Amino acid sequence: MTTTTVTGTAVGPRLRERRDAGRKLLVPYVTGGVSADWTDYLRAYADAGADAVEIGLPFSDPMIDGPTVQEASERALHRGATVRGILADLRAVRVDVPLIVMTYYHLVAREGHAEFCAALAEAGVRGLIVPDLPLDELAGLEQAAAVADVDLILVAAPSCAPSRLREIATRSRGFVYAMTAMVTTGERAELPASAGEFATRLRAHGDLPVVLGFGISTPEHAAAGARAADGVVVGAALMRRLLDGATPAEAGAQVRALRAAMDEAHG
Amino acid sequence: MGAITAAGLPALLPAAGLMHDPGTTGRFGDFGGRYVPEALIPACAEVEEAFRAAWADAGFRRDLDRLLTVYAGRPTALTPAWNLSAELGITVLLKREDLAHTGSHKINNVLGQALLARRMGRTRLLAETGAGQHGVATATAAALLGLSATVFMGQKDMARQALNVHRMRLLGAEVVEVTGGSRTLKDATSEAMRHWVTCVDEAYYCLGSVMGPHPYPWMVREFQRVIGEEARAQCAAELPAAIPDYVVACVGGGSNAAGTFAGFAGTAAKLVGVEAAGGAAISGGKVAVMHGHRSYAIQDEHGQILEAESVAAGLDYPGIGPEHAHLHDLGRARYVTVTDDEVIDAVRRLARSEGILPALESAHAIAWVLRAARDGELPPGATVLVTLSGRGDKDMTTLMEIS
Repeated sequence: MTTTTVTGTAVGPRLRERRDAGRKLLVPYVTGGVSADWTDYLRAYADAGADAVEIGLPFSDPMIDGPTVQEASERALHRGATVRGILADLRAVRVDVPLIVMTYYHLVAREGHAEFCAALAEAGVRGLIVPDLPLDELAGLEQAAAVADVDLILVAAPSCAPSRLREIATRSRGFVYAMTAMVTTGERAELPASAGEFATRLRAHGDLPVVLGFGISTPEHAAAGARAADGVVVGAALMRRLLDGATPAEAGAQVRALRAAMDEAHG
Repeated sequence: MGAITAAGLPALLPAAGLMHDPGTTGRFGDFGGRYVPEALIPACAEVEEAFRAAWADAGFRRDLDRLLTVYAGRPTALTPAWNLSAELGITVLLKREDLAHTGSHKINNVLGQALLARRMGRTRLLAETGAGQHGVATATAAALLGLSATVFMGQKDMARQALNVHRMRLLGAEVVEVTGGSRTLKDATSEAMRHWVTCVDEAYYCLGSVMGPHPYPWMVREFQRVIGEEARAQCAAELPAAIPDYVVACVGGGSNAAGTFAGFAGTAAKLVGVEAAGGAAISGGKVAVMHGHRSYAIQDEHGQILEAESVAAGLDYPGIGPEHAHLHDLGRARYVTVTDDEVIDAVRRLARSEGILPALESAHAIAWVLRAARDGELPPGATVLVTLSGRGDKDMTTLMEIS
């Protein structure tokens, strides 16, 4: 086995440091390979005040994604996007924010846990979210991610029993990804008030940052999310405009507006 | 073949260990499991707990048996295919699931799950459907038990199975068109699971085949086991050797095959599952985690799941239930494929020789028997049980377009 070269910015230390310094965390999302210039969006997000960037590795059957991310995944796959191709693109990118990959378990398992995590680390990716891999099936990947210095970030849902939430909060690395509601990814008109209560429940289980995601669509939502938790993930709202033709500069402006609303809300 | 003795069973396979309870992890060897977001874990656990309790409850079993008898028309007949048997020089017995209420075996599973949903206090059934047979069965059970039903169906399937779409709506179900991806069963299933996330407290996901997260592959096989158990008793009355040499069923997700095989897994009968050549998860696929379980599925070199391509909407699925993957790996069942052309020929042949119009799905099993008898793979005098999973009325539009 070859030695893995770990590059990129570690997720956990950076986010914790910023959270402890009083900053609210903003994690914008882009589907890898969605356009020829997709890594320019990543740079634009970083320049606009993102604290980390989530990159989707498209899968043909995205179980927890709504219409917008499904469309982005289909477009990327149609363009010929592959796991290896997207990671190769990332190796050419140098940004000073942690990179996190989100994908489905089939694409991880077929490569092998250790091989997949090593490939992430070599591409400068230091965080991984696998939403269809629950605690019961987690052990193998959890170990491989730890060996590769990749934070395996777990997704907590409002439906989870208290004991399960505690285990998710304990075994998650980097941060805890909290679903705002029982929904798939996608833009929503309202951010439910229960999202804040859920984030508070999760924070009681430990010191990891708690970041809200699913349906955070507007600067107002981002501000409300920043008041209720340590930060927010914004995906479909950015991807919708990207799919409709927004340039990297326009996407950057959208992220800047989210950043400003969060900073203002937090005072 | 003589009486069934322990010595007649393949040595590897103690009958007690095959096609039984997969335990709390839902594993069939390396396959199965529960690969769903945490958001759905409580719902899956609740279904498992409720099913374990119901299945052990004599009152529940009595209610289900009564519905299967007086409502669904069980037991279904075992019909010797007299003319075809004479032509082929073998004995073909047809297990007539096409005679069950709503026209296919799907009703067996749906009545069980709908009773379970009601017992769990749910008011709405969610379902995916390919050919529409599971959707129709779900709409039917919902009407009977006073539940509402929402059925997800691919746009392509809604066009080619328009009759079943109208049947579901007439029965009071809401049919949701799925326009993403393949626009067939694969994406209808994904969409049903996504929708389930949003309504777990109120809705029950009534999955139509032996797939999905634990406990569905096991639970659906148990609800379909009635096919195999009836057939086993009927074969004992019909055949001098009591057990047929071959047991054959078509396989998409694989529920009619699983139910049939469950009655014969502990016997010396050779089990044959027939997949569509354009959706051959075992013959042409690799290990995959999809729709909540680990099994085989057809995929490209980068791991993306491929779209199946079959004239039969019910078999137009790139994966297969995890227990079939296990039976394949053990060598206990064999999985073969037939082409669309062979299937159309089989429909015509059975219609002309026996006066039975099979569903395009079920005709896959017939097509393999025709080929195997011709090629000598089925020796003269062999006894063959074929599960005729459904009737072909729903396929008239497709058949008219082909002829």
